[in-house]
Amino acid sequence: MIFGVDVASMLLGGVAAGMVLFIVSVGLSVTMGLMGFVNLAHGGFAMLGGYAIALAMKHWGLAFVPALVFGFVVVAAASAVLERLLYSRLYRATELDQVLFTIGLVFMMIASVTVLVGPENQPLMLPAFLRGQINLGITQYRTYSVAMIVIGILIVSGLWLAFERTRTGAQIRAAVDNRRMAESLGINIGRLFTLTFAFGSGMAALGGGLGAEFLGLDPQYALKYLVYFLIVVAVGGLGRVTGVFYAALLIGVLDFALKKYVPQGGTAFVYALTILLLLWRPHGLFGSKTT
Amino acid sequence: MTPSGVRWADHPAAVALAGRHRLRAWEPIPWVLALAFYFVFPKYLGFGTELLITILFAISLDLVLGYAGIVTLGQAAFFGAGAYTVGMLAKRGIWNEPITGLVLAALVAAAVGLGSGLVLLRTGGLTLLMLTLCTMALLEEAANLAHEYTGGFDGLDSLPIAPLFGVFEFNPLYPKTQYLYVVAVLFVCFVFVRTLVYSPFGQSLTGIRENTLRMHAVGAPVRGRLVLCYTLSAAIAGVAGGIWAQANAYVNLGTLGLDRAATVLIILVLGGYGRLYGAFVGAVAYVALSHFLSKIYPTAWQLGLGLLLVVIALFARNGILGIIEAAARRLRPPRAAS
Repeated sequence: MIFGVDVASMLLGGVAAGMVLFIVSVGLSVTMGLMGFVNLAHGGFAMLGGYAIALAMKHWGLAFVPALVFGFVVVAAASAVLERLLYSRLYRATELDQVLFTIGLVFMMIASVTVLVGPENQPLMLPAFLRGQINLGITQYRTYSVAMIVIGILIVSGLWLAFERTRTGAQIRAAVDNRRMAESLGINIGRLFTLTFAFGSGMAALGGGLGAEFLGLDPQYALKYLVYFLIVVAVGGLGRVTGVFYAALLIGVLDFALKKYVPQGGTAFVYALTILLLLWRPHGLFGSKTT
Repeated sequence: MTPSGVRWADHPAAVALAGRHRLRAWEPIPWVLALAFYFVFPKYLGFGTELLITILFAISLDLVLGYAGIVTLGQAAFFGAGAYTVGMLAKRGIWNEPITGLVLAALVAAAVGLGSGLVLLRTGGLTLLMLTLCTMALLEEAANLAHEYTGGFDGLDSLPIAPLFGVFEFNPLYPKTQYLYVVAVLFVCFVFVRTLVYSPFGQSLTGIRENTLRMHAVGAPVRGRLVLCYTLSAAIAGVAGGIWAQANAYVNLGTLGLDRAATVLIILVLGGYGRLYGAFVGAVAYVALSHFLSKIYPTAWQLGLGLLLVVIALFARNGILGIIEAAARRLRPPRAAS
């Protein structure tokens, strides 16, 4: 029974980490799928969101949930402005230019946060009802991890409904599959992209705040976890909400389990697996070829 | 169309093509400056050595990125492979002769490049970007894990490198030998790359960068060319890594890190990629800027670098050399076609 409990707690931890990965990465997947834009600044938006949330709680005494909403709105608005002013100029540029531009943006974000707030880790105080342990019948577990899983499931269901059942969602899917055709049908791609970009960055901000408990929050966050976000997107396939969800869970559980049982070579294993997987299916596990 | 074969050579296009690779009057300048540096700043030779190695590394990246158009974020994988080859062989007392050590470093790095290139270059776009990044991260993790051989996180230090030609000692405090040695190696590698990019092989790389589909259509072995270019570039990066390990007498995990890969990419782009001298201009400008800006305020450097990258990506895609070329074209009266 001890083994069973062990596996259960490992799965819970891994799934909770996977949920954070999903919430941050989903926006990246959709924007990359939609415009083919290699946005390496996505982790930067997550970092900025985390800071907005942590600082709003610390200085304005905002409660956790309103602070999350605040972080989402601020980052979404800021990214919409950036998208209109700068990103949109580079849609037709080469991959290299996009990579350079977004790396430059990340550097600027890291430097500004370091100057304005400081280089140290920013603690994020969780509300009392999310702290401590919860009894799940078979095992005691951290309340926050369980809450994280519930939040993640709520978000993925909401996104799935929005993606599959609303008009905007259908437009996004159409544009991911065939942008020219969607444009000829009169879908306003530019507006659609600003919308999804802002929403995706807002989600990243949410993930930055919600995940601070697991990933920490310091200026280097923007680059430290970028490889993980990119792996999730590449494995899940571009522009696929469910693909990203499964990929995030897979990577979350794998990473958690490997770090626990093989603390030495765990990370190397994730990289090796990603390479093999991408060689086997260059468009990701759940992606299709038409992008 | 010109009727007879003789007049083909007089055609303006043919003249331009034939003259493209001729030696320009200004081309010896960087080498004169490099040698002058040796005599004028004997106290800064360590710094100069580092700069020249960076230039060599940037040239290797220019070959894949600038000429073949392969967007890679993992070039440091080969730098590290070369550095660790030299480091491990010297530390274990197997081989510490510098010049043959560099050849070994180049061979190992080329093997890594060939192995990874054969599989990675099947893909493109984001997948390729991710794969180069993951390959480098994997090597870094492997070097971290095999600490019995690589020294793990601490790396290998005080490498016993044999004197050059059995005569000239590598002294880490007075790196005179290192400096001249690096100048010589850089020169050899540069002549090789210069010859390569003006050869038919180099032209076909440019063709692949500009229009892969058309190169397929004219029957060029696109993948073979790309893999070969990737391997050669890896070998040169391996030489850069090997010489770095020899000059500093140590290796660490930083040789394999994303930081190094990103820095060299920035340097190349700053100078102008796809231009032989972009690496030179970029490295000098980068070092000058970093020195100047980090004096004002340490974080200002990162902010300035970020701003610079954004500006380059948005407005000056060909870097400093591109700006100079555009300015020169404006100033010079339009030449008659002859």
